[in-house]
Amino acid sequence: MNVRVRYFALFRDQAGCASEAVDWPGGTAARLFQMMAEKHPALQNQAAALVAINDEMSDWETALNDGDEVLFFPPVAGG
Amino acid sequence: MRFSVSDTAIDVAAARQAVTDNHCGALVVFEGWIRDHNEGQEVERLEYEVYRPVAEKEGAKIIDEAIARFAVSHAICIHREGLLELGDCAVIVCVSSAHRGAAFDACRYIIDQTKTRLPIWKKEHYVTGVSEWVNCEQCASAVHAHGVHKHE
Repeated sequence: MNVRVRYFALFRDQAGCASEAVDWPGGTAARLFQMMAEKHPALQNQAAALVAINDEMSDWETALNDGDEVLFFPPVAGG
Repeated sequence: MRFSVSDTAIDVAAARQAVTDNHCGALVVFEGWIRDHNEGQEVERLEYEVYRPVAEKEGAKIIDEAIARFAVSHAICIHREGLLELGDCAVIVCVSSAHRGAAFDACRYIIDQTKTRLPIWKKEHYVTGVSEWVNCEQCASAVHAHGVHKHE
């Protein structure tokens, strides 16, 4: 299975890229974040971050499917 | 469009006009402006990054929630993206209703939810030449209070 992860704002800086393909062993969005944080040690603070899957807001416990595009949103600051 | 993202200056008069209704006796407008300081730093300009596909969808939900919860007649919100200078309007919320109480409450709800739920980020550029992504205000206050802030 494969998923694609996209990083925004601070996370993009921390990951050093805007997106990447991931060979996905299965599991939740939280697991994907953990995997990516191991790859990019600057990535942190999942507790304050938001996650969207295929352009829909989701939660960290959602299981990912093959082909999903997972969006990691760092703490937001609109207004 | 009740919630929209704009990469050009917000037309405040047009935003007010969009919620005009003869049945309404109250109009509440909130404008968020770019100010010259934050957390003790002198700010020169500010940059908003918006992920539009989700921001527009979630923004529309916030407006729908406000209209349903407070029974106001009309509500819109426009948020800027891109590079903004001091004094620029970064966000506007306009709410009209028969009476002022509901309009105030709905306006507050919309701006508060916009700040915590939408994929919008700001990078402050300081007069020192340094620039930095800004944490959301609830996260920042939670850090100051040594507490934990959860986005819902």
